Amino acid sequence: MRTAINKEELYSRRRFLKNLGGGVVVVFCLGEMSFSSLFAQNHPSLKDLDFNAYLRVKEDGRVDCFTGKIEMGQGIVTSLPQVVAEELEVSIYDIDMIMGDTELCPYDRGTWGSLTTRFIDPVLRAAAAEAREVLLDLAAEHFRLNKTDLQVKQGVISVKNDSFKKISYAELTKGKKVVRSLANKPEIKKAKDFKLIGKPIRSLDAEAKVTGRAKYSGDILLPGMVHATVVRPKVFGSKKIKVDASKLSDFDGVQLVEKGNLVAVVHSDPEVSKQAAKSVQVTWDAPVAKTNQESIFQYLESTINKNKIFETEGDLELGKQDSTIYKEATYHDGYKAHASIETHVATCYFEGDKVTIWASTQSPFGTRSSVARALQMPAEKVHVKQIFLGGGFGGKSNSQQSVEAATISKLCGKPVQLVWSRKEEFMYDNFRTAAVVKVAGGVDSKGELKVWDFDIYCAGTRGTELFYTIPNKRIRFFNQGGVHSFGTGAWRAPGNNTTTFARESHIDVVAHAAGINPLTFRLNNLKSKEMIETLKLAAKTFGFNKEKTSGYGYGIALGQDAGTLVAMIAEVFVDKETGEVQPIRVVCAQDMGQVVNPHGATLQTEGGITMGIGYALYEEIEFDGGKINTTNFNRYEITRFSKTPKIECVFIDKMDAKPQGGGEPAIICVGASIANAVYDACGARVNRMPITPERILAAIS
Amino acid sequence: MKQISFTLNGKPVSLKVKGEESLLTIIRIYLEQTGTKYGCGIGECGACTVIMDNEAVRSCMILAEDIEGKEIISIEGLSSEGKLHVLQEVFISHDALQCGFCTSGMIMNAYGLLLQSLNPSREEIIEAMESNLCRCGAYNRIVDAIETTSNEIPKKVKL
Ligand code: FES
Ligand code: FES
Repeated sequence: MRTAINKEELYSRRRFLKNLGGGVVVVFCLGEMSFSSLFAQNHPSLKDLDFNAYLRVKEDGRVDCFTGKIEMGQGIVTSLPQVVAEELEVSIYDIDMIMGDTELCPYDRGTWGSLTTRFIDPVLRAAAAEAREVLLDLAAEHFRLNKTDLQVKQGVISVKNDSFKKISYAELTKGKKVVRSLANKPEIKKAKDFKLIGKPIRSLDAEAKVTGRAKYSGDILLPGMVHATVVRPKVFGSKKIKVDASKLSDFDGVQLVEKGNLVAVVHSDPEVSKQAAKSVQVTWDAPVAKTNQESIFQYLESTINKNKIFETEGDLELGKQDSTIYKEATYHDGYKAHASIETHVATCYFEGDKVTIWASTQSPFGTRSSVARALQMPAEKVHVKQIFLGGGFGGKSNSQQSVEAATISKLCGKPVQLVWSRKEEFMYDNFRTAAVVKVAGGVDSKGELKVWDFDIYCAGTRGTELFYTIPNKRIRFFNQGGVHSFGTGAWRAPGNNTTTFARESHIDVVAHAAGINPLTFRLNNLKSKEMIETLKLAAKTFGFNKEKTSGYGYGIALGQDAGTLVAMIAEVFVDKETGEVQPIRVVCAQDMGQVVNPHGATLQTEGGITMGIGYALYEEIEFDGGKINTTNFNRYEITRFSKTPKIECVFIDKMDAKPQGGGEPAIICVGASIANAVYDACGARVNRMPITPERILAAIS
Repeated sequence: MKQISFTLNGKPVSLKVKGEESLLTIIRIYLEQTGTKYGCGIGECGACTVIMDNEAVRSCMILAEDIEGKEIISIEGLSSEGKLHVLQEVFISHDALQCGFCTSGMIMNAYGLLLQSLNPSREEIIEAMESNLCRCGAYNRIVDAIETTSNEIPKKVKL
């Protein structure tokens, strides 16, 4: 496997160097790797290779920045140029982002895990600083002066004390083809010298998006292209038995394509393709249903025995004895869809033995491998191109639609577009897993947490390290393959939404049982100084001790994800007659280290909170085994305009620190802060998400 | 097959259709104006919203046979002579978008609202926009953006 990846990387890099135009190119390598080793057969460690960057200062002075990451609304198309412009001393508007093109960009596994700002930013900053130094070297040669006699501003290098002597990046690079990598890494700027980092910058791609010019995978229309419709079974995981396509002759110009379980119809008109596909009768062998949305929790608990201890300390029995209050509860969370407004789409064509693909995927390089594997062709014969994504949230990590489109294109011999219908999207989405969390917590007479027993089924352990001081604790993770009737996968801060819901709900349960205000209780029991600061900032911004009127409630939740600490306080109104919840206000304080673009970070936080209201209050997949009964938005409610609370985002000021994740963290606290606010408003403790009116009414009575 | 005629963004169009094709397919695929998006196909998300005879409609729910003689405007027809429409401007200045996939539908739906009432209140905006979905969660900014147009539209742009 490792060799395979090395090969891919080597390929990308060679291809990149081959395709180079003029200008000054800076190849940035982390660690000890030298430029010449790019051509070596044996690479040093994989780790070093993952985080390389290329920058190119073109002959017109504009800068191309290459990254394997993709833009899906998380705003890196704006925040990455920001750090490059900072170090390179150019205008942010002079930077062109070349993203996720497998032939032009450095290898990247995928855009997920809030990794970009944490791991790509520092590399690009270093690369840009290096490029600046290379350009200064060239200018020093040009003026026959020392580099220290020069200064650079807005892409122009001038001689100190003689401002008439100057040369622009464009003039410096004209007619040159220089490829450099510096052995001595230049310093990157300190926070006090920042001109751009830390400044709010509006999204650079907004104009393309408001005019409809931004191209998504389905907007690529190729000459001679056909639209594919895949004939799907009713039940996930069905095997094909036989195909009756006799009625297809009613449709002029359609073509049937079959390979294994894949049955598809293509036509140049998508409407005909859809109609024709309906006429194809496929007999399927469907797996028997074992669970539905109600029985799944019991099933998971009784089926999964295998577990791993994630964190343990002290003695649970002893902790229980020390506790004057001891509370046990089980928390449930149903399957959730990613529900990006753009479904999975791929458009592709073959030219000889090579395929070019535009795909809504969070992993262009992963797509390249999957297509190559499925079609048994070498990876370098698969070219995945840069494109906008209409949302991802973890749901576009796989690229089933690309494999299907490429397979169909190869078989029918024409360029193909495959746009999954919303129904297909709900069937083949790799849902956020349903999960059970069993919690027991104990508090002594002084209000100190003494024991914590936390068993997680399926949701994983991301972000579950305890930031409370608890002498006796155990966190176990129960999981087993094959327990789900359909695909499951990463969903914006994987697992952490569920486990944070359980932990922070239960913290409130024990705090209330001990008769202590949940804010005081948390402040008294927190171990992490940073978390205490973050919570205090949230409480102050919110005005937690404010009086509230009947029917209104406040709820706190704390969490950590992708290196960022989150403290959230929500206010809701609950109608006790109907159980309807109206989110009123959410305050979110975060310690995310250096905030590169406070505006972008705010957008991401607002987005996460808004999306999170959906999983907290409305979202749940309904199913009978592999038959997904939730087929469209009429049966899958997500947050709407009227349910969006007023949102305030505040950040701990830490400009010299390393930047941490921003796309995912905030969302993890939404479930518990809403659950705790609902309890505060009406006394209903709902242990299962979504917190529906029925569940609230049931809990009240 | 029958011939239908209508205008898209001010230009006359004549097409041969069966009749049950959706306006969304006509705009996106037959006429290659891809700014209008598919999100659900059943009128539940609003990504496909366009203006038909001065009213915001879900193009995925409109049949070809019902557009004879209609005046249709899609996102591509909103800016004129390279100048952005004030709604587009305020969406940019409020950063009322993330992935951008719902954006053209949002803007067209808001345009439909402004065609009905020039000074909508915040509540009216929310009510009119309620059935347009944004998974990225740009709702508050979208409302803020639309709200500011009520002051700007009369002086800046003729609707
Ligand atoms: S695609 Fe028309 S409303 Fe969703
Ligand atoms: S901006 Fe992504 S769906 Fe609205």
